Amino acid sequence: MLSAAFMKLLREILFPLIAVVAAFVVGGIVVFIIGDSPIQTYKLLIGSAFSWPDGIGYTLFYATPLIFTGLAVAVAFRCGLLNIGAEGQLYVAAFAAAWVGIKFGGVTVAAPGGPAVNTPYANLPMLILLPLCCIAAMGAGAIWGGIPGLLKAKFGSHEVINTIMLNFIAVALVSYFTQYHYKIPGDAIMQSAEISPKAHIARLGKFIPALPERIPLNIAFILAILACVFVYVLLWKTKWGYEIRATGQNPSAAEYGGISIRKQIILAMAISGGLAGMVGINEVLGYRYRYYDGFSANYGFVGIAVALLGRNHPVGVFIAAILFAILLRGGIFVDAFTMHVSKDIVDMLQGIVIVFVAAEAMFRGPLKKFGLMKRAKV
Amino acid sequence: MIELRDITKRFGAVLANDRVSFSVAPGTIHAIVGENGAGKSTAMRIAYGFYTADSGEILINGQVREIRTPHDAIALGIGMVHQHFMLVEPMTVAENIVLGAEPGNAAALDLKKAAAEIRKVSDEFRLSVDPNATIENLSVGQQQRVELLKALYRHAQLLILDEPTAVLTPQEVEEFFAILRRMREQGKTIIIITHKLSEVLAISDNVTVMRDGKVVGNVKTSETNAAELARLMVGREVLLRVEKPDAKPGAPILSVDHLSISGRDGAKRLNDVSFEVRAGEIVGIAGVEGNGQTELIEALAGLIPGAYVTGHIRFEGRDATNADARRRKELGIAHVPEDRHRRGLLLDSSLAENTILGVHYRKPAVTGPGDIILDEKGIRRRTEQVIKDFDVRPPNPALPARALSGGNQQKLIIGREFELPPKLLLVSQPTRGVDIGAIEFIHRKIVALRDAGCAVLLVSAELEEVTALSDRLLVIHNGAIVGEVDPKAVTNEEIGLMMTGGRA
Repeated sequence: MLSAAFMKLLREILFPLIAVVAAFVVGGIVVFIIGDSPIQTYKLLIGSAFSWPDGIGYTLFYATPLIFTGLAVAVAFRCGLLNIGAEGQLYVAAFAAAWVGIKFGGVTVAAPGGPAVNTPYANLPMLILLPLCCIAAMGAGAIWGGIPGLLKAKFGSHEVINTIMLNFIAVALVSYFTQYHYKIPGDAIMQSAEISPKAHIARLGKFIPALPERIPLNIAFILAILACVFVYVLLWKTKWGYEIRATGQNPSAAEYGGISIRKQIILAMAISGGLAGMVGINEVLGYRYRYYDGFSANYGFVGIAVALLGRNHPVGVFIAAILFAILLRGGIFVDAFTMHVSKDIVDMLQGIVIVFVAAEAMFRGPLKKFGLMKRAKV
Repeated sequence: MIELRDITKRFGAVLANDRVSFSVAPGTIHAIVGENGAGKSTAMRIAYGFYTADSGEILINGQVREIRTPHDAIALGIGMVHQHFMLVEPMTVAENIVLGAEPGNAAALDLKKAAAEIRKVSDEFRLSVDPNATIENLSVGQQQRVELLKALYRHAQLLILDEPTAVLTPQEVEEFFAILRRMREQGKTIIIITHKLSEVLAISDNVTVMRDGKVVGNVKTSETNAAELARLMVGREVLLRVEKPDAKPGAPILSVDHLSISGRDGAKRLNDVSFEVRAGEIVGIAGVEGNGQTELIEALAGLIPGAYVTGHIRFEGRDATNADARRRKELGIAHVPEDRHRRGLLLDSSLAENTILGVHYRKPAVTGPGDIILDEKGIRRRTEQVIKDFDVRPPNPALPARALSGGNQQKLIIGREFELPPKLLLVSQPTRGVDIGAIEFIHRKIVALRDAGCAVLLVSAELEEVTALSDRLLVIHNGAIVGEVDPKAVTNEEIGLMMTGGRA
C-alpha cells in the first residue's frame, strides 16, 4: 500500500496541476477562435519569462507581492477566514512605509524653490530608519487586517463585508494624504515625494553580477521566501499555529480544547494583514522609493487566486505566485507580438484556473477510478 | 416481497456489501442488525435506489427489477424513513407530505384534497397526526409518524426504517411498535435497521445479521436470543451486561448549586439544578434528549459564556464557576462530548493532533524556550500511548481522524481525556454510534476509572446504558432534576414516566 501521506501529497499537487492544464486548454481554444495560433501565443506567454536576466528577474519581481498576498490569504483561510482585504491592507502599508521614509528620513516635501508642504520629524540613521519603515508597513497592514478581525470577534460581523469595505476606505484615505500632504506641489502624477535614500533596500543586482541593477528585483523577494518559511513554521510547528488551524477546522472543537476563538480570529487577521503589508516593502523601499497611488495590479485579489491554487500552503503559494507572475510578464509580450490577442488573456487564464480549482468536484469522479480520492463513507 | 441476490458494492478499496442475499416475506417485520460499517445501510440504500449495486439483483414480488433512483423505488411501492428526518420545519404536515408528489395541476396545489387523503391514511393506521399542524410544533415521535405517513401516502407496501427508535423515549418506542404491528396486520412489509437487540427481539419476525459487508446469519426471531445475535454481529462472545463492584464513594468532587442556564433567546434551558458527584462514583443523568443535559454538561465544562449561567459550580470545594474551559481541564475536569464530530475532533487533522487537543499548549506537547514549539516526539509518544491503551485502530498516528470508524474515534477521545488524568469525567453519550465490541470496552474503561477514584457524571439517551453504569441515577425533565432513583431497583417504565414529566 502506498503511504497515506504520499497519496495526500499527490492529490494536493494533482488538483492544481489539472486546473492549470485545463485552463490552458480552454484558453487555447479561445485564442484559436480569436484567430491566433495558440502555440505561438503560449510560447510568447510562457517563454518570455525564462530569458536571462530580464525574463527571470522581472518574473521574480512580479511574484514577490503575490507571495505576500497569497500567504496573507492562506493564513486567514487556515483560521477559517476569508481575507478579501489584502488590497486595502497593502495600500495602507505601502503608504505607511513611505510616510516613515519621509517624515523620519529628513525629507522636506516642497517644490524646488517653493515653500515646504510638509516638514520631517527627524532624520534617523539608516540602521534605525530602514527597520522602522519595514515595521511600519507590516504594522499598518496588521492593524488594517486586525480591524475586521476585531469586529468579527466582538460583534460577529462578517469579515468578508468588512474587509471589502476597508479596501475602499484604505484607497481613499491614502489618496487623500498623498494628494494634500505628501505630493510635491506641481507634480502631475499622484505620488508622494521620494523617501530618504537611507530607507532604500538593495536590489539583488547589487549582489549578483550577472543581474543588472535596473531590474527592480530586490531584497523583498528574499523576505518573501523567509515569509514562506515563517508561515510554515508558525502554522505547523508552533502551538499558536495549532490553535489557528484548530479554529479554522472546527471552531466548536477548538473552543472545547480551551482555545479562545475570538483571540485566534484577531490574531490570524492581524498576521494576514501584516503579510499583505509586506508588499509595501517591495514596492516603496525596493522599487519606486515613493508611494505611487494605484500601484497595485490587484495584488490583493490575485493573492486570493494564488492561495486557492497553492492550496493555502506556503510551498503551494510560492509556486502559484511564480506561475501567475509568469503570466503577468508574458502578457506584455502577447500584447505586443500577436495579431489579435491582448494581455487580457492573462486575466482570462487566471479566471479559468480559479474556476477549475473551485470546481474540484468535477475531477473527483475520474480520479476516484484511480483510487486517488478519499474513500467514500460506508 | 423483496429479495436481494448477491448484491455487491464497493467504495474505493472498501467492500461495503459482499454478495449480500436475503429475502423478506410479505406481511412481516424483518430486522437487519449489524455493527456500524457492517453494510446494512448500504444494502438498504441500494434497495431504495440511492446507490446502484456493482453486481447482483433485486427481486420485487418475484420479478427482477432495476432500481436506479428513489423514484423507481417509490414507483415499486418502497418507502424509506431515514434516521435524520427530512422534513421542512416551518411547513405543515400536509405540505411536507405532498412535497415531491403534489396533487392538482401544476399551477394550483390542492392541499385540501391532500389533507383529506392524509387524514384518511392517518386514521387507517391510527397515527393521529393532524395534517394542518406545523412540523416544528410536533414532538420527535410525531415527526417520525409524519415520515411514516409520507411513505404510506405514496402507497408504499414495503417500508424501510433506518434506526427509527434512536430518538424516541421508551413510551414512544412502545407506541411506535404498536403502529408497526398495525401496519403489519394491514399487510405492509417492514424492514427495520437497528443495533438494539432488545428491540429486534420485541418487534421482528425474522432477523438478518450482517458483519463486514456480508450476511452472517438469517434467523427466525422466535428461535434466537440476544447473546446469539451479539455473537453473530461481533464474531466473538460479548458480555452484554456491565460487571462492576459496588461503588465506594469518597469526598465530593463536584458540587452543583442552584445552577440555571438560559439560551440566547432568554428561555431557561436548565432550571435551578443542584447535585453532587463524589470521588469513586458514577452519577447518571437519564432523560429525553433536549431536556437540558447538553447545556448542563457544557456549562460544567466551561463552554457556556458566564452571562447565560447563574448559580455555582464547586470543584473540590473551590468555586470554579468562572473558570474557562482551559482552566477546568487544568483542574482535572475531562469531557467526552456528546457530539464527537462537532465538538470532540478535528476530523481532517491527524490522530496525533487530536490527542493533544486541550493540552496542546503544555508539556509534553510543546518544547523549547517559552513552550512555543510543538514537540513532535512528545506528541507521538502520547498518541502511541493512547492508541495502545485504548486499542484505537488502525494504530497509525498520522491518519486523519476522519478515516476512523465511529467506535475508534470515540476510543481516541476517551483515551485523550483519560490521559489528563481526570478527577472528574463529564461523559455524554459515550457509546452513540459505537459498535457492540467497543461499547463493552468503553464501559469497562469508565468503570475502571471510577474504581481508581475518579468522579464520573454520565449522560446517555440509552436507558440501558445509564441504568447499567450508574451508581446513582438522576432523572432530568424540562431542565429540572425531577428525581433520584436507585438504578438497581428502578424499572424502565418508572424512569420513562419521570422522563416525560410524570411522577414515579
